[in-house]
Amino acid sequence: MTKHLSKSVAIVGAAESELGKVPGMTALDLQAQAAGRALRDAGLSLQDVDGVFAHVDDRFAGLQLAEYLGIRPRYVDSTSVGGMSNVMHIRHAMAAIEAGMCEVALVAYGSTQLSDGTRKVGGTPEDMRMPRGQFITPYGQLSPIGYYAMVAQLHMHRYGTTPRDLAEVAVAARKWAQLNPNAYRREETSIEEVMASRMIADPLRQRDCCLVTDAGGAFIVTTAARARSLKRPPVYVMGIAESFSHHYTPFGTADWLDTNVAQTAEQALQMAGVTRQDIDVVQIYDHFTIGVIQSLEELGFCKRGEGGAFVAGGRLAPGGDFPINTSGGGLSYNHPGQFGMLLLLEAVHQLRKECGERQLPRAELALVHAPGLVFSCNTTLILGV
Amino acid sequence: MEQAQRPLPQPTRNTQPYWDAARAHRLVVQECACCKARQFYPREFCTACLSEDIGWIDCSGMGTVYTYTVNRRASSAALADRVPYVVAAIDLDEGVRMMANIVDCPPESVRIGSRVRVCFEQVSDEITLPQFTLEA
Repeated sequence: MTKHLSKSVAIVGAAESELGKVPGMTALDLQAQAAGRALRDAGLSLQDVDGVFAHVDDRFAGLQLAEYLGIRPRYVDSTSVGGMSNVMHIRHAMAAIEAGMCEVALVAYGSTQLSDGTRKVGGTPEDMRMPRGQFITPYGQLSPIGYYAMVAQLHMHRYGTTPRDLAEVAVAARKWAQLNPNAYRREETSIEEVMASRMIADPLRQRDCCLVTDAGGAFIVTTAARARSLKRPPVYVMGIAESFSHHYTPFGTADWLDTNVAQTAEQALQMAGVTRQDIDVVQIYDHFTIGVIQSLEELGFCKRGEGGAFVAGGRLAPGGDFPINTSGGGLSYNHPGQFGMLLLLEAVHQLRKECGERQLPRAELALVHAPGLVFSCNTTLILGV
Repeated sequence: MEQAQRPLPQPTRNTQPYWDAARAHRLVVQECACCKARQFYPREFCTACLSEDIGWIDCSGMGTVYTYTVNRRASSAALADRVPYVVAAIDLDEGVRMMANIVDCPPESVRIGSRVRVCFEQVSDEITLPQFTLEA
């Protein structure tokens, strides 16, 4: 149904801000820094931008960024649905561009979670009248880790997945990070070390969790026609699909191991007119190790229940036969408040063959998959050159 | 030293009957008077048929652990002395899922599929939380 939109738009500029620990900067500073870099990368100017899709942990991010950059866009979207937000913004930008509501869309993100010393999103006190406030928070759920710990527990119970399987994901991420000079954690590690790290919410340990860093990122989306006139090789949006189900209170009786990913994957692949076998680059949001195993299954790269066996033996690591998350991922590269931006940028860098030591030999088609909040929503994106 | 305040639910018009019942040591869920669908958490209308004619039923208090975790770190300072504590998603026999702690047992004894029974923990003058214990 959206097949006619495949390859209608392309990413023509992409850049990270300074990463890791960047004291003295605000989320807006990092976001704007990345925006400037992405525009320079594209060979475009601020005056070209007429659409702003911006997300920090503030509801009015689009306006804030437009003001900072001194531009007056005719389209703004600050939709926030958690980690996948910036991946979703590509689809929103595609719709706006196709409808003629803007032509050059800036998508940008920034976060200073590390320097701010908090994992909290937004910084506002929780409203205890809301469903989460009344029916979750009083029970002391750690969020988001508690939810994913419960998913991991379910996966282990149903399929026999082991802590070692989880640790494989963390170690593979670290091995990729060792090939990435911008990665925050690059020191040697081992399965044993991950499995000996501090338990936080059973069965997830500290090293099953993503990092907390500062980071920003931005990319520019425009029409395929205009993209071909610019200096960088266009990275086309081949296919994209989303699904949404809940906020923080997943009280329906749905299976927490079936989170509509199969549906978004199928729709995105169909829109792109490609199959899983065609995909060269896979970037899967790794907030927690279990998330990668669950996503691999739900995306259809292995059968349900076989994700643990699938990742064993360093299969996801450099040299393995299913390399993913080549940046080092949220587990070892960088993870600001929301990782979707960096996840997507790594796919762009791979497709543009900019990844140095970690460059995959064949990188024509990439699949990016990101959830938001607590398995609350999903975006699957297929990019191609 | 002032004791950290535990985060407490603030009832609303729609949820007040639930919290009133809990204070009287009853676990109740909404049931639609028209289509008999049950829903948790309490809402303004029935999400199955849109009827605003919603009643409440008393639950048996029995349920099954759908999944759970053991928190080794407290989510707020007020819960620090409870660590480690179990947070579980519980499928009530009445067909809805809710979250609660499983109390009065070693965390290691909880399993997915464990049968549990409701109990009640008074946390303030106004608020009593439905909680669960393992059924022997």
